[in-house]
Amino acid sequence: MRASILPLAVTAYTATSALGLGLDAHLDALKQQRSGLRSNDFGDNPLACWIGRVSGLETTTLPAEYAQWDCRNNRLAWLGLNQDDFLARVHTARQRYGATRIALLLGTSTASIRATEEGYRRLENDSQLPADLRRQAIHTPHSLTAFVAAALDIGGPCLTISTACSSSAKVFAGAERLIRLGIVDAAVVGGVDSLCDSVLYGFNALELVSPEPCRPFDAGRRGISIGEAAGFALLERVDADTETHLRLLGCGESSDAHHMSTPDPEGIGAELALRDVLDRAGIDVSQVDYINLHGTASQKNDAMEATLVARLFPASTRVSSTKGLTGHTLGAAGIVEAAITLLALHEGFVPGNAGAVTPDPACTAHFAWQNEFRPMQIALSHSFGFGGSNACLAFARASTGSDV
Amino acid sequence: MSALRVQVEGVGVWSPSLTDFEALRRLLAGEALSEPATRPNAAALSLNERRRAPESVLVAIEVASQALAMSGRVADNLACVFASAYGDQATTDYMCRVLARAPTELSPTRFHNSVHNASAGYWTIATDCRAPSSAVCAGHASFGAGLLEAAAQACADHRAVLLVCSDTVGVGPLGELIQCRLAFGCALILSPYTNAGMPGIALTPVVDAPRHASLPAVCTTWMRDNPSAACLPLLAMLVRGDDECVLAASERLGLRVHMETTA
Repeated sequence: MRASILPLAVTAYTATSALGLGLDAHLDALKQQRSGLRSNDFGDNPLACWIGRVSGLETTTLPAEYAQWDCRNNRLAWLGLNQDDFLARVHTARQRYGATRIALLLGTSTASIRATEEGYRRLENDSQLPADLRRQAIHTPHSLTAFVAAALDIGGPCLTISTACSSSAKVFAGAERLIRLGIVDAAVVGGVDSLCDSVLYGFNALELVSPEPCRPFDAGRRGISIGEAAGFALLERVDADTETHLRLLGCGESSDAHHMSTPDPEGIGAELALRDVLDRAGIDVSQVDYINLHGTASQKNDAMEATLVARLFPASTRVSSTKGLTGHTLGAAGIVEAAITLLALHEGFVPGNAGAVTPDPACTAHFAWQNEFRPMQIALSHSFGFGGSNACLAFARASTGSDV
Repeated sequence: MSALRVQVEGVGVWSPSLTDFEALRRLLAGEALSEPATRPNAAALSLNERRRAPESVLVAIEVASQALAMSGRVADNLACVFASAYGDQATTDYMCRVLARAPTELSPTRFHNSVHNASAGYWTIATDCRAPSSAVCAGHASFGAGLLEAAAQACADHRAVLLVCSDTVGVGPLGELIQCRLAFGCALILSPYTNAGMPGIALTPVVDAPRHASLPAVCTTWMRDNPSAACLPLLAMLVRGDDECVLAASERLGLRVHMETTA
């Protein structure tokens, strides 16, 4: 049943998060293990917790022609698109293939909901959104993708995937299918989620927010630290790549069929997604050099995931969560961690599992508690979301002059 | 562009005045609409879940169950794509009201119901489905974009895929702005075309604007009042055998749907 997937080239990618703007800032923070988390200073009466906030969004402006989409989430998208020459790379691809031969698939969990929240705080006559926010373009979960499609002048399929914390990992799977089927020649994938009351108070209501900076896989972890981020990648057929030698080998997807807001403790669904990606990529667990874990610092995710790693992988596979640095960026976590995984492959280093002081006893020798420098060829990234939505991505660094 | 060829194994539809695919057949045959129903059965959910689930989930589960029954398939290995232009507007309205007034009083259940993949979550839990599930949107083009995504999954992975597209009535200040005035959901079960006697459709991305054969006036009203009712030209094709239609698949892209003739 499994269709084999041709590897795709990741010809450009970028990330913007609390660690900074663009790949260099991320690489530097990862190498220094410098966390971007700060004490919550978001909003008028902030919850006592820590957040991964992107500085400068309040003063970021969109070009005038995109004014209808102006809101925090789309400003973050714009800031992200302007890093690492990404706009120029998409421009070149558009000239090469034509606007309708490029797809756009973006993940987000809350899109521009913060603008709707603000509108409700400033209702006119207790019944109408205020005039400055009476813009249909921002009160819809498709706000992000509609804006980015306009900003990048993409005329092919445009889809928002909103499956909570797996959103911007699943975009790779959708893009791969469209390219494999010949519907498009290239795809821009990515995701953006920004800080808003819905997620801060929502996860707080579920008692999942840590009062201190999150500590993934620590025995004394107390929950997640919410962050915001934007990330994008350009996927093309391998023959288009002359530079990066970075490959998407495959995407695995599954559902937990367990619970709306907690993972299956047995990790059956997560394992299905892992086996799916290994199968599609045509690789064995022994070939996996590194896994960027979902590692949210919630009790249940980390317990499930540590057990999953111990059950499936040899100790030569190094694993870590980087959410202690970025925070959990929810619908953007998939793309930010894909970018970190690609950086790790490119630079030949395993980012240490930031934030943990006393490892959970369930954690085996696979865990890299500090940075480790080693050449790597294949790495995975895990994303598991509410509603039991699981996605695992496999990336590779091709040797120069050959295809993996 | 290349065409994706799929067959339609099952169809579900629910709106207060159109409670299943047979009702659409009757409407297209010129019969009068029946008295509006108030709430979908959503019998696939346990009683407890039916109480906890918002209306958006009930509509999605109802149409999914109808399509599944028509196809004769089982749900536990069926990939699914749940599309909705706006998600659960009533839950969004509730969340924004509480967050404006007393944010620490937010209900944890209503928060987890607020995710766009709530229907996909309830469905996969209710049917013990561990196959891939997705939740997507594309504004007014959510049905066409969801159809392209579901057909791509079917053709790329040679598997059957459930597509659901549903939206509910808007409430509060958000509802006033969005103007979604009626609940409407539809579902299709698609698999790669085999010419085995089931209706087949070929989907091709085109730069054309949406167009379709004439529909009863009430269908046009539903299409104005709910983005998920954009499925009606395709559902009518399946009933009447119209040759083709073009659905919106994005702001700029159309999706031409052409009926395959059975050999």
